[in-house]
Amino acid sequence: MPEIKNYTLNFGPQHPAAHGVLRLVLEMDGEVIERADPHIGLLHRGTEKLAETKPFNQNIGYMDRLDYVSMMCNEHGYVLAIEKLLELEIPERAKYIRVMFDEITRILNHLMWIGTHALDVGAMTMFLYAFREREDLMDLYEAVSGTRMHATYYRPGGVARDLPDAMPQYQESRWRSKKEAARLNENRQGSLLDFTEDFTNRFPGYIDEYETLLTDNRIWKQRTVGIGVVTQERAFQLGFTGPMLRGSGVEWDLRKKQPYEVYDRMDFDIPVGTNGDCYDRYLVRIEEMRQSNRIVKQCISWLKDNPGIVLSENHKVAAPRREMAKADMEGLIHHFKLFTEGYTVPEGEVYTAIEHPKGEFGVFLISDGANKPYRLKVRAPGFAHLSSMNEMATGHMLSDVVAIIGTQDIVFGEIDR
Amino acid sequence: MTDIVTNLWLSLPDGIQFTSYTLLKVFIILVPLFIVVAYYTLAERKVIGYMQNRIGPNRVGPKGLFQPFADMFKLMFKEIIIPTKSNRYLFIVAPILTFAPSMAAWAVMPFTDTLVFADINAGLLYILAMTSLGVYGVIIAGWASNSKYALLGAMRSAAQIVAYEIAMGFSLVGVLMAAGSLNLGDIVNSQAGGIYHWFILPLFPLFMVYLISGVAETNRAPFDVAEGESEIVAGFHVEYSGMTFAVFFLAEYANMILIAMLASLMFFGGWLSPLPSLMGDNIVWLFLKTGFFMLLFLWFRATFPRYRYDQIMRLGWKVLIPVTIVWLVVEGFLVYFKVGPWFN
Repeated sequence: MPEIKNYTLNFGPQHPAAHGVLRLVLEMDGEVIERADPHIGLLHRGTEKLAETKPFNQNIGYMDRLDYVSMMCNEHGYVLAIEKLLELEIPERAKYIRVMFDEITRILNHLMWIGTHALDVGAMTMFLYAFREREDLMDLYEAVSGTRMHATYYRPGGVARDLPDAMPQYQESRWRSKKEAARLNENRQGSLLDFTEDFTNRFPGYIDEYETLLTDNRIWKQRTVGIGVVTQERAFQLGFTGPMLRGSGVEWDLRKKQPYEVYDRMDFDIPVGTNGDCYDRYLVRIEEMRQSNRIVKQCISWLKDNPGIVLSENHKVAAPRREMAKADMEGLIHHFKLFTEGYTVPEGEVYTAIEHPKGEFGVFLISDGANKPYRLKVRAPGFAHLSSMNEMATGHMLSDVVAIIGTQDIVFGEIDR
Repeated sequence: MTDIVTNLWLSLPDGIQFTSYTLLKVFIILVPLFIVVAYYTLAERKVIGYMQNRIGPNRVGPKGLFQPFADMFKLMFKEIIIPTKSNRYLFIVAPILTFAPSMAAWAVMPFTDTLVFADINAGLLYILAMTSLGVYGVIIAGWASNSKYALLGAMRSAAQIVAYEIAMGFSLVGVLMAAGSLNLGDIVNSQAGGIYHWFILPLFPLFMVYLISGVAETNRAPFDVAEGESEIVAGFHVEYSGMTFAVFFLAEYANMILIAMLASLMFFGGWLSPLPSLMGDNIVWLFLKTGFFMLLFLWFRATFPRYRYDQIMRLGWKVLIPVTIVWLVVEGFLVYFKVGPWFN
């Protein structure tokens, strides 16, 4: 009788469910996981170190690339830190725009999550449904910033520019008939806010579609209920934040507990789970999408009624408008100074945290009074979640590991930084 | 001209005449089968595409109609990679071992009353035997690949097949109790007399079990744990490339068509017309019914998440098999008391 041994399985980094570059070394007893050892660092780009060599404003673009499915939220954490050090007041309208785009980003992120999570569990149609909606939201990104993903839209002092009055239109082409283009342009006739409003009206229906496919699906429930259970106590100890923590039944949301920007004026609820399993976290995130939709609606109605400036008038920090830089001597000097050496930030250290779609996204910034950060530390929520992989996966089967990776909503841009 | 050909034919020895005649018949079945398989893959991509808000392949040929041939040529010209430290003979034999039975099973398939290649009395048994042979190819492929992912896939497949062969076998027992014959042609003919005489009505639970285990037998979603795209990458055929992979693929699709056609033969009256007083029996009915079940396979794939391996086993042993056993008893009483339009 030969000796029976466990064997190790190398899961990733080249694996359909690795969500980028996750490498898991699994010690398995048949199909059952004895130990799961995540290896990180394959997407390390040295963002924190790079940030020490660049003027403050030039680092905003790096923040987009941290968690590359919730771009503007990363920027938000970073610019908030700078604003706190500078004690800079930002215009009201910019706050609303930021909140609106934070929530749009949350929907973007959760759509990506539900698509990949369902794809990992085998329901591939969800993936394409989610991408249909992401396309509209990407168009919003493109309309305000010029790029679909890495927007660099938030600036210390507000946002780069005001919301456009017109949406880009689809053109007729070899592949797109005139009729098709007209159909796609139908809801893009008004301003960006009109298009966003149209989306928020459609979106609850789409979520209902997702729920029809998954929520009461027996197979989906069998695959997620009771998988990767994390108790409330353990969730605290493991440093969980965001939907992972709320799924375990803790009502903790920085938007409510430490409101930043204008979240204290918004009317929304925080969904919490009870069992702390994959299914609860699924329900929490689905409900978060509905709540985000509510917040976006409130922002739209405020923004429609209150035009105004969107970038601080303090031109030592925020760039002057183009006309000012061309016509006004002082404006020209500000422009020149800002785009060559940037601005200096008073000496000191600051920690800011925002409720990122994945959890608490924190930025710890030390300034020595120069025009670039002395040290920038990013607290990525995904890192803490991934650290719990061993605990969540042990005793489950190989297929459940895939479901757990999905429920953790891991993105390696932020974990490896 | 025809005289010359006829004379030439008649002058051949009996053995050669018989062999070439048989070969011709084999080709008449297999060539259309290959074409259907090829276009089934295209249909899958198109149908699932439309279900998922996209349009599927439309570049090769008009409306993408030549896509299967493009795929075929691509696979033919790709290198067959044999992994180091694999068992190379088993590695090559495995796809053939899956492919051959899935083709051989078509030998007893009746298309109409008279159009059948081998009208044998144990047709159903023969098909059961052939379809269960195919799994050896999967197991051997997983073993010979020298890959942990492939081995896991093979293990899953082996365990799954044991459970679902039994469930499927039991549901077919119900059919042969109702028809009183193992000959597929006789099974269809005993359902004659319109839609109320089809076995789907008295044997509905068995039909459901058959359909579910049919999907499981062919390793299709939501039972595709042996392939398990997102878990074990491609399962048993993770190391296969080029033609060796294509052969697995062909076998899988041929099996799906086989299961679909068997479902329409055994439960839906095959080529029999649903309303014989209005429309006559025709081979078209068989193709329509088969096409519907083929569509179901695709529909399932676009709809359901994947089962976990142990959940599949539970479904097989604890749900499907008890259901069949209970219904066999019920059916026994139905047959004994000659209920219905079916058993009198």
